Amino acid sequence: MNVKKFVAGMALAAGTSVLSAAVMAADTIKVGVLHSLSGTMAISETTLKDTVLMMVDEQNRKGGLLGKKLEAVVVDPASDWPLFAEKTRELLTKEKVDVIFGCWTSVSRKSVLPVIEELNGLMFYPVQYEGEESSKNVFYTGASPNQQAIPAVDYLMNDLEVERWVLAGTDYVYPRTTNKILEAYLEAKGVDKKDIMVNYTPFGHSDWQSIVADIKKFGGAGKKTAVVSTINGDANVPFYKELANQGVSAEDIPVVAFSVGEEELSGIDTRPLVGHLAAWNYFQGVDSEANERFIQEWKKFTGDEKRVTNDPMEATYIGFNMWAKAVEKAETTDVDAVEQAMIGIEFPNLSGGVAKMNKNHHLSKPVFIGEIQDDGQFEVVWETDGLVAGDAWSDFLPGSKDLIADWTAPIKCGNYNTKAKACGGQGQ
Amino acid sequence: MKHLLLTGCLLLALVTTLPAASAGSVVSEQAAPSATPASEEPGGNRQVLLARLTRASLRESAEVLDQLERSGGRAMRGLFAAMLAGDLYYHRETGRLMAVQKNPAGERIGSDIFTGEGLGVQSRGSIKKVRVNNRLRSHLRDAIARIDLMHGTEAQKEGAVLAILDDLSPQNMRLLQVTADAGQSDRVSELIELARAMVELRDSSVTDARLSAIAVMSGRLEAPVRNQLQRLLDDERESDRKIRIAAQQSLEEIEGRIAFYDFMEQLFFGLSLGSVLLLAAIGLAITFGVMGVINMAHGEMIMLGAYTTYVVQQLMPGAIEYSLVVAVPAAFLVSGSVGVLIERGVIRHLQGRPLETLLATFGISLILQQAVRTIFSPLNMPVVTPGWMSGVFAINPVFSVTFNRLYILLFALAVFALLLVTLKKTSLGLNVRAVSQNRDMAKAMGVRTEMVDAMTFGLGSGIAGVAGVALSQLTNVGPNLGQSYIIDSFMVVVFGGVGNLLGTLVGGFSLGVTNKFLEPATGAVLANIIVLVCLILFIQKRPKGLFPQRGRAAE
Repeated sequence: MNVKKFVAGMALAAGTSVLSAAVMAADTIKVGVLHSLSGTMAISETTLKDTVLMMVDEQNRKGGLLGKKLEAVVVDPASDWPLFAEKTRELLTKEKVDVIFGCWTSVSRKSVLPVIEELNGLMFYPVQYEGEESSKNVFYTGASPNQQAIPAVDYLMNDLEVERWVLAGTDYVYPRTTNKILEAYLEAKGVDKKDIMVNYTPFGHSDWQSIVADIKKFGGAGKKTAVVSTINGDANVPFYKELANQGVSAEDIPVVAFSVGEEELSGIDTRPLVGHLAAWNYFQGVDSEANERFIQEWKKFTGDEKRVTNDPMEATYIGFNMWAKAVEKAETTDVDAVEQAMIGIEFPNLSGGVAKMNKNHHLSKPVFIGEIQDDGQFEVVWETDGLVAGDAWSDFLPGSKDLIADWTAPIKCGNYNTKAKACGGQGQ
Repeated sequence: MKHLLLTGCLLLALVTTLPAASAGSVVSEQAAPSATPASEEPGGNRQVLLARLTRASLRESAEVLDQLERSGGRAMRGLFAAMLAGDLYYHRETGRLMAVQKNPAGERIGSDIFTGEGLGVQSRGSIKKVRVNNRLRSHLRDAIARIDLMHGTEAQKEGAVLAILDDLSPQNMRLLQVTADAGQSDRVSELIELARAMVELRDSSVTDARLSAIAVMSGRLEAPVRNQLQRLLDDERESDRKIRIAAQQSLEEIEGRIAFYDFMEQLFFGLSLGSVLLLAAIGLAITFGVMGVINMAHGEMIMLGAYTTYVVQQLMPGAIEYSLVVAVPAAFLVSGSVGVLIERGVIRHLQGRPLETLLATFGISLILQQAVRTIFSPLNMPVVTPGWMSGVFAINPVFSVTFNRLYILLFALAVFALLLVTLKKTSLGLNVRAVSQNRDMAKAMGVRTEMVDAMTFGLGSGIAGVAGVALSQLTNVGPNLGQSYIIDSFMVVVFGGVGNLLGTLVGGFSLGVTNKFLEPATGAVLANIIVLVCLILFIQKRPKGLFPQRGRAAE
């Protein structure tokens, strides 16, 4: 009996050592890059691809990881959501990458999710999103609503004494969920339903005349009004242009945006936008040594003095460095080991302070509010006192109030219901 | 000069938007600036204040500004205006404040705040901007309004009184009293009268006085008037029935007028959207409508026009104001010659094979998009809007027309008229119509059909390019610009009736107006869908569009 067990143990040990030898034999660690290089999202995602390539470069100059060089595998999912799933499968089964950095829109992430869970891959998602999700195989290094939308609303309410709210967004999952959370939050704060106006527009909307006129009318009711904008991508430019044209200035009706950063502003004449706001975890204008170094590095890497940095780039930077630390800690690139090693890892933010990966696969980060300046940069006008821990499940939606995500033993669940004490709750 | 213009714009904005921001709280009698010339003020204290301004945190700045306003009054207007516009800098070493503006060559030119005396070119490192945020901006705007109330032009005074309607504090009313005593034009006195009526209605307890106040207020479109009446009706403590009835009537009258102007506004928005659709479709009305070529690369011709505008602006950075005038013919030539190339190179070989033409032109559109991505980068290009195209023309407090939309509406009509004349009155037009009606017969009569085909396609593409110049003022200039307009363009042409230019005009405007009248009720997303569904149903009933071609030519 004992002998049998012993032999079985030996066999198992031999098996694993053979396996690990096979892993060791691979001479590089492969890093998958899943960002759209063509189509509508190319404008934003190309930058992130370059960021990952820069990080890989830098890591290799430092001698790689676990004594091996890193090798980037770049694919182009072409802003085509189903193609994101196919390319993920290709990266994991054909290229056998150890980690993926990718996705921008929530719909692309949702399409990758089933594949990455089925094949047990590892992905870092670097963009602010609507929350209500936590997967064992994904780390969310962008902001969840309580790290961006809620602090921004608090700022408007407390510092600018806003009483009337326009929630304007593009018509898809991120703005709809964020606005649902914000509506619930505002109502909890005693804002009347009459004082909230919600408006959705299609992707790439370009004729903003009526909507801006409506906002003007809504704001003319004698109470301080602000616009909370989840308008995504290209549509922002004509929106701001129309605001300026109709004479809505930031002092009258400030617009706080969650999807407008330095990159988006580099395509517009920003003079008419001066004073409008954005909420992020990072601004290029934040004064810190690490940030200065990163900006110089980026300009050198792209060979363009005018290139700007933005929040999703910082999220990619933190995600990549945390992953590298976790791999060194786990001494392997095995997904399960790295996943557990990731939790609790800390890495300095570019914007000051130290980001920490929490049990729910979300980061603790500082939140900044910036005012747009005429050179297309932001001036920080407000920041949170300390770090804000990212919430996977919003506390303000009835369906997800009792849910938490905790990937450590013994819970190990992305949607644990604290009331029912069971895994498997439903959010919004 | 430039910041004066800017201030003018801001004041225009004041007139039209009625800021919700309060008109400041630290107003005192002295804030109504004395007529004492600035030079007689004791300079020492002010120098200290100015020096403090350069060092103050954003929070402290407001206090410093108040003190400056009290001590300097009118003389401070230039300082405030420069700070509001973000042009106020100080010299790092001497601490001297100056207004700094970039000249066309990109050099920073300083000038003295108070005398306007030129201080020459400043290097980037030697000066630092005086920081300003939203709170300070609204503070500054109020301060400027108070100064303008006494010393400004008519328009500035009007804007200042309008701003005060939002905050009828006793201090502000005293300020208005001083202004009124100085004797004012009819419009300004009328507004001051209105402000007094509003205070009367709010504070008085005499029914008759309040009733006459309501009489003054009725029919006024200014938002504070409406808000006050609404608040009065919502307030349950207001028990005077007479007052309630009068206020109710007055509010109804105001709302009736607003409803009318709302209608006018919707109509303008609709016409404006229609003009964009018309511009986008008008080139297609020629290539698809007249020649019968299904040109999927039409959107890219628009895109090329928009990129031409960008390049023109890059080439003449000192003359942005005139760039559009140059860009229109340039875009026509660029898009037109690309059109001729496409026709000569591809389409002519596929004559009479619509399916292959469709696929080939679709391929061309992808090639052009990628070419632009490679040459200019996938990022959007910044196209500057010239000064004369920005801003609003305010007809009254609830109805204003933005200049860019107005010009584009006129431009679309002009392009349309020009095209109509070309087709009806020139020999090229005659040939085009002959070839499109009966190619073989035209050929037999000695028309060089090949040449005409190339020219027609060039004309259609060129006009698409011109449309691109106009669209560059409204939307993003990026590789995907064309894609967002191609469907709309086909929609307009098919709806209007293929081969009928007038149909395109009517089609464009009716789709635009329908869309804009639906939008407030249904939201932008649903409005688009409803219009599309209606269009499909319409085409089912009348496959040849609004104005079908009749007679033999139609076959």
